Amino acid sequence: MSTTEPNLSISNPHPEDTDVIQKIALVVACFGVLILLAAWANVALDASVFMPIAIISMIGGTTVYGARSYLKQPEGIKNNGIWHFSLTSRGAFAWAVGILLTGFYILLYWFPGYVGFVQNGENQGLVALFDPLSMAIKGRPASQWFMYGTLYTIAILALGMKFIFKYRHSRYQLIRTISVMIAQLVFAYTIPEILAALNYNDVTTTAGEYVGYYDTDIKNVWPLDYDFFYSYHLDAMQEKAYQPFGMIYLVVGIGLFLIGTPILTYLIGKRWYCSWVCGCGGLAETAGDPFRHLSSKKLSAWTLERWLIHSVMVFVFVMTAVTLYGYFTGASSVFGLDIYSKFQKPYGFFIGAIFSGIIGVGFYPMLGNRVWCRFGCPMAGYMGIIQRFKSRFRITTNGGQCISCGNCSTYCEQGIDVRAYAQKGQNIVRASCVGCGVCSAVCPRGVLKLENGPEEKRYDLPPIIIGNESVKISD
Amino acid sequence: MHNIVIIGNGISGITTARHVRKLSDHKITVISAETDHFFSRTALMYIYMGHMKYEHTKPYEDWFWKKNRIDLKRAFVEKVDTEGKTLHFSDGETMPYDKLVIATGSKPNKFGWPGQDLEGVQGLYSYQDLESMEANTKNISRAVIVGGGLIGIEMAEMLRSRNIPVTFLVREESFWDNVLPNGESQMINRHIKEHHIDLRLATELKEIVSDENGRVKSIITGTGETIKCEFVGLTAGVSPNIGLLKGSGIETKRGVLVDPFLKTNIDDVYALGDCAEFLEPNGERKNIEQVWYTGRMMGEALARTLCDKPTKYEPGHWFNSAKFLDIEYQTYGWVWAKAKDNENDFYWEHKNGKICLRLRWDKSTGKLLGVNNLGFRLRHHAFDKWFKEGRTVDYVLEHLKDANFDPELYKTYEAEIIAQFNRENGKNIQLKKKSWKRILDFVS
Ligand SMILES: Cc1cc2nc3c(=O)[nH]c(=O)nc-3n(C[C@H](O)[C@H](O)[C@H](O)COP(=O)(O)OP(=O)(O)OC[C@H]3O[C@@H](n4cnc5c(N)ncnc54)[C@H](O)[C@@H]3O)c2cc1C
Ligand code: SF4
Ligand code: SF4
Repeated sequence: MSTTEPNLSISNPHPEDTDVIQKIALVVACFGVLILLAAWANVALDASVFMPIAIISMIGGTTVYGARSYLKQPEGIKNNGIWHFSLTSRGAFAWAVGILLTGFYILLYWFPGYVGFVQNGENQGLVALFDPLSMAIKGRPASQWFMYGTLYTIAILALGMKFIFKYRHSRYQLIRTISVMIAQLVFAYTIPEILAALNYNDVTTTAGEYVGYYDTDIKNVWPLDYDFFYSYHLDAMQEKAYQPFGMIYLVVGIGLFLIGTPILTYLIGKRWYCSWVCGCGGLAETAGDPFRHLSSKKLSAWTLERWLIHSVMVFVFVMTAVTLYGYFTGASSVFGLDIYSKFQKPYGFFIGAIFSGIIGVGFYPMLGNRVWCRFGCPMAGYMGIIQRFKSRFRITTNGGQCISCGNCSTYCEQGIDVRAYAQKGQNIVRASCVGCGVCSAVCPRGVLKLENGPEEKRYDLPPIIIGNESVKISD
Repeated sequence: MHNIVIIGNGISGITTARHVRKLSDHKITVISAETDHFFSRTALMYIYMGHMKYEHTKPYEDWFWKKNRIDLKRAFVEKVDTEGKTLHFSDGETMPYDKLVIATGSKPNKFGWPGQDLEGVQGLYSYQDLESMEANTKNISRAVIVGGGLIGIEMAEMLRSRNIPVTFLVREESFWDNVLPNGESQMINRHIKEHHIDLRLATELKEIVSDENGRVKSIITGTGETIKCEFVGLTAGVSPNIGLLKGSGIETKRGVLVDPFLKTNIDDVYALGDCAEFLEPNGERKNIEQVWYTGRMMGEALARTLCDKPTKYEPGHWFNSAKFLDIEYQTYGWVWAKAKDNENDFYWEHKNGKICLRLRWDKSTGKLLGVNNLGFRLRHHAFDKWFKEGRTVDYVLEHLKDANFDPELYKTYEAEIIAQFNRENGKNIQLKKKSWKRILDFVS
């Protein structure tokens, strides 16, 4: 069937209704982005003036735009037109954004010079725009990663605000989104920068000797944080100058993986991480929200998912085991295979950069917002196994009331065919469910409830759907 | 092995086919003139609104049918020859059958309004109706919807999603008030207006007026008011779609007449779903049940009968649900628009005017008879079990937390509800804490 004309709006289902305030807010937000592009193009801008303007306009403009768009409509599910808009239905606009994002990641990873990063010299372009902020926080110019981290945080905050207005009727969504926003702003961005500012990380001595770097985003847990056990990283955490924080991060990092993760996942499912805390999840749930329906629900996609995610998991386990072997024995190879070039480098390149960055985020407008989380993330794979076999979490169904409409499956960012379970009255117990709760929110008949309960009867498949007495269970 | 032929690939026909396949090796053919594959009719609105595409409304992937050896045929059955056990298609082809299942669904009602067949005037039932609605509502300045039922309000929501001004003519004094009690009905009236839908209660359609090209240009209401519009949605209910059975010898009244085994007067011919009419009433249920859930249950029962395990259609306790724009509605048991003489009534409404609960129970025994909940969700298993066990309203209220089905972290209303109930009924019911043990017992 032919649909309506392509429409460039991301979130506002009634573009004709756009009022003056909305238009101004949109212009302001776009102006912020324009500053970034101008800086990137090396237009001479006073960074100390334009950087704050860019940040404030992007966050402020998006917030006001979101507020105006949604608050003037009655609260409820706002998916009108999603499959009509070019950006959210793989139209030309979606391709443009996808190519831009992908290009950005390629430059960021392999050609940072093209985003303005200059080693041992004065930054230019986009990176230079963030120099004043970096100087203010830790007294040294920005790196491409500082620029990226700042933009990432802005994206989660600005589009998180939009999400909050969109789902304001749902306290589950509200609280969960505030949680990912705080996790990003505080744990991933502010604390690491403060630690660096206080010389607890990333220090170069006055003699010009580099002391080392370790990851101070506490919630970035191995194996998602795949280089946690790399020698440079383990050494940095043990640096005298970085204590007590280095050791705290070491102990907490291992503790989170070995103890915290299994316990929490047992109690409430992997959602505690994937859709409440994680940075990748945070971006997916906020900036990625307009693309969640693009995930494939095909059975073949599910098969691919299980192969891929578990292969990556095995890869990271092997790579880490080899790394630790090298660390403790001092060997640089195992069975004649060089640890760096045969294990660490391929993982970093294929999984760390291409999969989680380029495909994971760059392809949002094509493949949906959770490609990495679903097909790649080893942390998700690890928690998924716990969630599937030993957890209190499940999605309970009011199967009798299900009208098989398909909203739940369509809006499941993990590509789970929720409807297939709901229409049978079966609990949804799936390794990949990140507990975002959107299936439950979009269900028009109140069929789905995410909950934590005893494991008893968790996997039961009712012999017949509730409400029908024609068929007795005994026969 | 029999050759089972099913006319209609809706929920009734498809459920029958799937369960026959689970139970047997019979040859199964499903015929439909509408679409190649089964899709969810209830989701038609979401296609128009851009929430989903047609492909998302198909509950099974296309390979499913072949894998399960369910043959699909896209054709229109014009005539059924029950003596020769043969179907005649509109293209002249024929098909023999051993057992025939009629699951042809409904068609929209038209009450002989002048102008009802003009261009731009239509009902909403089939996929083709959706396509014509897409075409008929391009660049229009106003739509009028006639008939205040579930499809009417869905159509209004569809049009509003595209910013099309809508006038909604409802014959009754208040929206759906032949089903909903006053409190609920008023709540929906308010909500309709909140969505900027021009709701006209107690207003009938008198005439649809044509322009010079045979397209609708306006309508005239019962009070003589003219409303300009380029689209008219007729949503005054549906009736069984059984034209193909003329002259077949299969007995029909409004629908295809069937016994509790869903068997017609002719051997080896069965009917179910929207198109079936029961000879004997089934408790308080209507003789023609036009909902998704009942079609599915009938299919589950009929499949067994077709596989030589004669099984009566015996639905359990009534339930239903809908969504009025943003307000969800569920019901369990029977809640009539007006309480019957033997029934007590309780109604609680949240101060935001969008959440409410109604309970009905038997005056003499105190047993719960029905519940309506709007704006929040209740656990089906809880009520099903409580009805089966004949629980009293007091018991149900005490354990209301077990039945809460709203998402986690939502505000809960049980305490407020019970406080009002106690006040109004001079009771002292104490709310019990949620118990997983009891909840798991619901399912056993
Ligand atoms: C817009 C809309 C929303 C709805 N929402 C809800 C809801 O929320 N909840 C609910 O419970 N119910 C709802 N209903 C009602 C529900 O969809 C029906 O009760 C249900 O679909 C009936 O299923 P069925 O299998 O009996 O018939 P149908 O789904 O009508 O299937 C019959 C099929 O047979 C085909 N057919 C008919 N005659 C012939 C012929 N001669 N030759 C070949 N093929 C033929 C038809 O084309 C059709 O495809 C809704 C209905 C509509 C229209
Ligand atoms: S099943 Fe539901 S809660 Fe789980 S990931 Fe999919 S949409 Fe989110
Ligand atoms: S959204 Fe709800 S009613 Fe629709 S298919 Fe999913 S569970 Fe069933």
